[in-house]
Amino acid sequence: MNTYARLVKHRLFWPAAALVLLLLGNFVASPRFFAVQFREGHLYGSLIDILRFGAPLILVALGMTLVIATGGIDLSVGSVVAISGAVACLWVSRLGDQNSLGGTLGAVGIAIALSLLLGACNGFLVSVLGVQPIVGTLILMVAGRGLAQLITDGQIITITGTHYRDIGGGFVATVPLSILIALAAFGISSLAVRKSALGMLIEAVGGNPEASRLAGVASRRLIWLTYVFCGLCAGVAGLMISSNVSSADGNNAGLWIELDAILAVVIGGTRLTGGRFSFGGTVIGALLIQTLSTTVYTLGIPPETTLLFKAVVVLAVCLVQSPQFRRKFARRSRRSVPVVKDEKVEVTL
Amino acid sequence: MTTLTVSRKRYLPILATLVMLVGAFGFGSARYDGFADSQVVLNLLIDNAFLLVVAAGMTFVILSGGIDLSVGSVVALSTLVSAKLLGHGWPAPVVILVVLVIGASLGLGMGAVIHFFELQPFVVTLAGMFLARGLCYTISVESISITNPFFTYVAQTPISLPGGTHVSIGVVIALVVVAVGVYVLHYTRFGRTVYAVGGSEQSAMLMGLPVGRTKIQIYAVSGFCSALGGLLLAFYTLSGNPLHAIGMELDAIAAVVIGGTVLTGGSGYLLGTVLGVTVLGVIQTLITFDGTLSSWWTRIVIGALLFLFIVLQRLVTRRTR
Repeated sequence: MNTYARLVKHRLFWPAAALVLLLLGNFVASPRFFAVQFREGHLYGSLIDILRFGAPLILVALGMTLVIATGGIDLSVGSVVAISGAVACLWVSRLGDQNSLGGTLGAVGIAIALSLLLGACNGFLVSVLGVQPIVGTLILMVAGRGLAQLITDGQIITITGTHYRDIGGGFVATVPLSILIALAAFGISSLAVRKSALGMLIEAVGGNPEASRLAGVASRRLIWLTYVFCGLCAGVAGLMISSNVSSADGNNAGLWIELDAILAVVIGGTRLTGGRFSFGGTVIGALLIQTLSTTVYTLGIPPETTLLFKAVVVLAVCLVQSPQFRRKFARRSRRSVPVVKDEKVEVTL
Repeated sequence: MTTLTVSRKRYLPILATLVMLVGAFGFGSARYDGFADSQVVLNLLIDNAFLLVVAAGMTFVILSGGIDLSVGSVVALSTLVSAKLLGHGWPAPVVILVVLVIGASLGLGMGAVIHFFELQPFVVTLAGMFLARGLCYTISVESISITNPFFTYVAQTPISLPGGTHVSIGVVIALVVVAVGVYVLHYTRFGRTVYAVGGSEQSAMLMGLPVGRTKIQIYAVSGFCSALGGLLLAFYTLSGNPLHAIGMELDAIAAVVIGGTVLTGGSGYLLGTVLGVTVLGVIQTLITFDGTLSSWWTRIVIGALLFLFIVLQRLVTRRTR
């Protein structure tokens, strides 16, 4: 009983339970769901697909987690995804030999450098100029789509380089490379954050920036750092997304990904007001969203309804996290008077 | 003396907008033939009437210190609902009423969630954005054209002005909305409370102002304005499309900010928003007149302007403090 209670109280319990439930539901609907095949030295299967196509979202959401932990938000990740993909594809398409490894690495390097720069711009606006994060990053979100289209000249750049395609579609020792990249990002950032004081300092800044500044935490620099990290993650995700389709689309690459990423972070138990964060929760949240999208396709539900699903999920999760909601709910159940059935939950806008 | 400088500071962003508007316009008319034609100026209003209405609603929200990201989706939903219902043969007045009620109740619902559960406005309106856009896609994934006689009448009847120029009925509706908005903001109890809540929510509460009710009403106003903006867009394009007005929330926020309303709330004018919308319109017209610049330059320029004005705001508010 005690371990059970502790398990239920763990803050990753509900997201993980939702993920397991969703996966089980898929299994019931199509029993071959869990089948993982080994074909031509590569792993295939629905589960692998979820991980593979969820990798960019995991990356973006990891970056977003740190930004949200400082009490900020980064709306520009979708634009950074588009810009990074556009620059890399443009560079590869200009190469004499698109299959050259050096040229591809150069393209990757330039795209990543640019994403770091964009992240630094966001960080500058928020931490030095003190602009509200929503608005500061909104600028890049608006202008960034324009920049991406400027880079691609309004066209969709298609490329043929095999090395570039490997970023999103390649395999290393039977496992898709994109999964490995996401896994590495998760591992490295978790280590950096939890094995040093970095994570604690970020949580301190998110909890109370003024107090932590007075306590001697370089909060300005830390906040700046989180936006740079977020830009980096979005840039790598942009490489993956454009490599998956071997083309760069300034208009549609990474569209809505900022919303998915925020959703993943929130589902993972990181509060939008800043403070405590959890990378593990974020990964579970991102996988949950990706599974939801896959479920919608495999069950043959019209994909248009995904947005509705997500709206309800965001709202439900936020309500559950809201102390006011909990208090009202708890008071009702403690009174154990059959009051009108909690109509507040149904206020679905 | 000090009060004078303070009040002058307060007008600085709006003055900067005015100077820029005049500058951009002067540049355009010096460079391109026919730019200063009065019909070009009126076309600017005709093309942006729906944005003006939406931005007016957004001004209320931003003045109160909140933000509404759902406006673009609500606009799209409104065009789609009107197209669908008209297609089923509903009479136009009923359709208009239904659309306005849907918009206002969406806003009301979001406001209620924001107030009762103390959630951040941007998360709730983000969910509202998903919800409205999702509803759009469930209604239809394709564009539906409108053939209703009343809608086509409103769309195609020009109102003649002296000098051989004309405006659309949509422009008149938008201007009426602005006039009503100015009256409400400056001459009613509700309007004063909006400013008070934006200035300091806690002080407003301690003063005994109905903060909660006002906040809910503000989002209802914004929802109503979005729905009305959607109707104007439906008049303008004579179609309902789930892809209408994607990213429009950014245009509306940009218009409000360029119009001098401070993003933290409590200071700004609805007439400034009209200027902001006009600036965006002039930029669009400049880019169309140039012909060599591609449409994505609009986005980049709007982003750059937004940046400039936010920095300006920071400088101004920092000084006055």
